[in-house]
Amino acid sequence: MSQPALFVIGATHRQVPLAVREKLSLTAENAAALKQELKSVHGLKEFAVLNTCNRIEFYGLAASTEAIAQVSAAFCARQNFDPIQFEQIRISLHDQSAVQHLVEVSAGLDSQMLGETEIFGQVKEAYAAAQVLGSTGPVLNRVFQKGFQAAKHVRTHTAITEGQVSVANVAVELALNIFGSLAQTRILLLGAGEIGEKTAKAFQSRGAAALTVASRRFERAMELATALGASAMPFEQREARLAEFDVVVCATSAPDAVVTCAAAKAAMHKRPAKPLFFIDQALPRDVEPAVAEIQNVFLYNLDDLAKIAEENRVAREAEISKCRAIVAEKSEALWRQVAPQVEALRTCNRSDPETIAEIRGVSVRATTGGE
Amino acid sequence: MLFAEFTDRTWLWAAAGLYFAGFAQGTFSLLRQGRPSGATTYALIAAGYALQLLGLGIRGRAVGGCPLGNTFEIFQFTAWSATTLYLVIGITFRNSLLGYFTSCLAAALTLSSLAIPAWDAARRSHIFGGNPWIELHAALALFSYGVFALLSLTSIMFLLRNYSLKSKHIGGWFSFLPSILDLDHIGVRLLGAGVSILAVSLAVGSVYWLRDTSTVNVAKLIITMSVWAAYALALGLRLRGILLSRRFAWACLGLFVAALLSLGPVDGSRHPRPATEPARVAQEMEALR
Repeated sequence: MSQPALFVIGATHRQVPLAVREKLSLTAENAAALKQELKSVHGLKEFAVLNTCNRIEFYGLAASTEAIAQVSAAFCARQNFDPIQFEQIRISLHDQSAVQHLVEVSAGLDSQMLGETEIFGQVKEAYAAAQVLGSTGPVLNRVFQKGFQAAKHVRTHTAITEGQVSVANVAVELALNIFGSLAQTRILLLGAGEIGEKTAKAFQSRGAAALTVASRRFERAMELATALGASAMPFEQREARLAEFDVVVCATSAPDAVVTCAAAKAAMHKRPAKPLFFIDQALPRDVEPAVAEIQNVFLYNLDDLAKIAEENRVAREAEISKCRAIVAEKSEALWRQVAPQVEALRTCNRSDPETIAEIRGVSVRATTGGE
Repeated sequence: MLFAEFTDRTWLWAAAGLYFAGFAQGTFSLLRQGRPSGATTYALIAAGYALQLLGLGIRGRAVGGCPLGNTFEIFQFTAWSATTLYLVIGITFRNSLLGYFTSCLAAALTLSSLAIPAWDAARRSHIFGGNPWIELHAALALFSYGVFALLSLTSIMFLLRNYSLKSKHIGGWFSFLPSILDLDHIGVRLLGAGVSILAVSLAVGSVYWLRDTSTVNVAKLIITMSVWAAYALALGLRLRGILLSRRFAWACLGLFVAALLSLGPVDGSRHPRPATEPARVAQEMEALR
C-alpha cells in the first residue's frame, strides 16, 4: 500500500554503534550530492537532512512509501552501505511520531549527552540548509518552526539543560561560579594532551581572556598554543608565574605533583583578593591536595568533576518524564495543524491512479538498482 | 493621619505582608521548582517598598519629620533602607537568592516591629529639636544600617558560595548564588558605601555636638563612633588585603550583629529625653489638631 506521509528515517547513536555511524556519516560533498539527488526523487515533496556525529536523519513529506524507500536507497548507494542492514538498524517514524521525534531531538532529549543544547543549533542549521536548497515546503516549514518553539519551551520550562554533563564544561561552569565571567580570566594549561586541550577549548569557547600553554616539551606547547591561538610558556616558569593566572588546568603525565602547596601559597600572597582555581585532570595528580586548604583557592580533581557531571546527568534524567509530557502535548497540537495538508496529499494521491502507478514504477526500478 | 482611610500602620502591615509574600513565594519556588523566582520576588519587594514608603510618609507628615522616634520606627526605617538598596542592585542579581534573603530580612524586621506593640506604644516627639541637620544625621545613620543589613545578606551568600565550592556541592540551591568574586566585589562596595554614609552622618552630627557638647550623651557618642570605626577598620583591612574571603564575610556579619545590638543603648541614651506621649500617629495628629 502506498501511503503518503510525513516521515523521518535515519540512524542514531541509540541504534547504531560508533563504528557503524562512521560509515553512515555524510561528508560535506556527499551530503550536497545526495541532497541534489533527493530533489529528483519522484513523490518526495519536501525534505531536510540532519547530519551530526551522532545521527543521520532524513525528514520529509512523501507522496508514497516508495518515495521514502528511494531516500533510503539513494543514501545507502552514496555511502556504499548495505541497504538490508540499513533497513534493520534504521528508525522509521511517520506523521505525529515523526513530529514528536523532531521536537525530542531539538530539545536534546534524544542526545547522547542528555539535554545538550548544541543539537538545537545543528537542527536549525539543517533546516536553514534545506530552505536554501528549496527542499522545504509548507508542511516542513511549519513542522520545523513550530518544533523549534516547542523545543525551546521544553528547555525553558524544565531543568533538562541545567548543570553541565561533560567534564570540560563542568570545569568551565565551576570557573563561572568563582569568577562570574571569563572575560577577565587568564587560563594556564599545564600539559599538551587531549584532555587538557578539550578543557582549554571549552574555556576559550566561553570567552576566556587569555590562554597560555606550558608543557614539559616546549615544542609541543608551542604547537598546541599555535593551534589554539594561545601563547606558550616554558614549563619551568609555571610556579614562578602562577600568580598571573586565574585558572590553572593541569593535565600532564608527570609522575609527581607539578604545582606544590608552597608555590600556590606564594602565588596567593601576590594576589590575595583574587581567587585561584585549579583543575587537576591528571593521573597521578598534578596539584598537591593541601592546596585546597588555602583561603580563596579552589581545587577540583578528575573525580570531583566526574562526580558533578554525573549528578547533573541524574538530575537531567529526573526531568525526562516532565519533558516527554510537554513534547507529547506540543507534538499532538503541531500534528493537528499539519495533518490536513498531509491528508490532502493522501486524498489527492488516492484519486490519481496514474500517479500511483508511476510512483510504483519508479520505486521498483530504484529497488532493483539498489540491489 | 490617614490615606485612603487607612492609618500608617495599616499600610505598614500591608507592606510587611508583601515582604512576607515574597519570602513565602521564594520558599515555595525553591522547594517546588528548585529555583528562585527572581522577577516575582523583585515585584513583591517593590510593591512592599512602595506601601512601606507610603506608611512611613504618612507617619513622617504626622510627626513633622523623619519617623525615628522609637524602636518600631527604627526597625521600619532600617528595613526600608535595605530594600531601597536591593531594588537598585537587585536588578543585577535578579535570578539569584539575594531577593529571597532581602524579602526574608525585610519581613522579619517589619513584622517583628509590628507584632511587638510595646515598641510603638510611645515615641519621643521633637527629638531633633526642630533642627533639620540632626534629622539628616539620624536618617543617614539609619540608612547606613540598611546598607550594612544588605552587606550582611551578601556576606551570608558569600559564605554559602564559599562552602559550596570548597565542599564541592554546587548543584541545587547553591547554583542560584552569584559568583564568589561578584559577591566579594559587591560586599566591598556596600561596605564602602555604608562607611561613607555613616561618616557623613557623624560629620553632620558632630557640628551640632560641637556647638553644645551637653546635648549628646557620651555613651551614645562612643558607641556610634565605635560602630563606624569598626566598619572603617574592616574596610581598611580589606582594601589592604589583610581581611579577605571568609574572614571578611564573618567580620561583616559580626559587625552587623554588634551594630544592631548597639541600637538599643544608642536609642536609650538620647539626650534630652522628652516625656513619653501616645505613639499612635493618628492620636498624635489629633493632639496636634
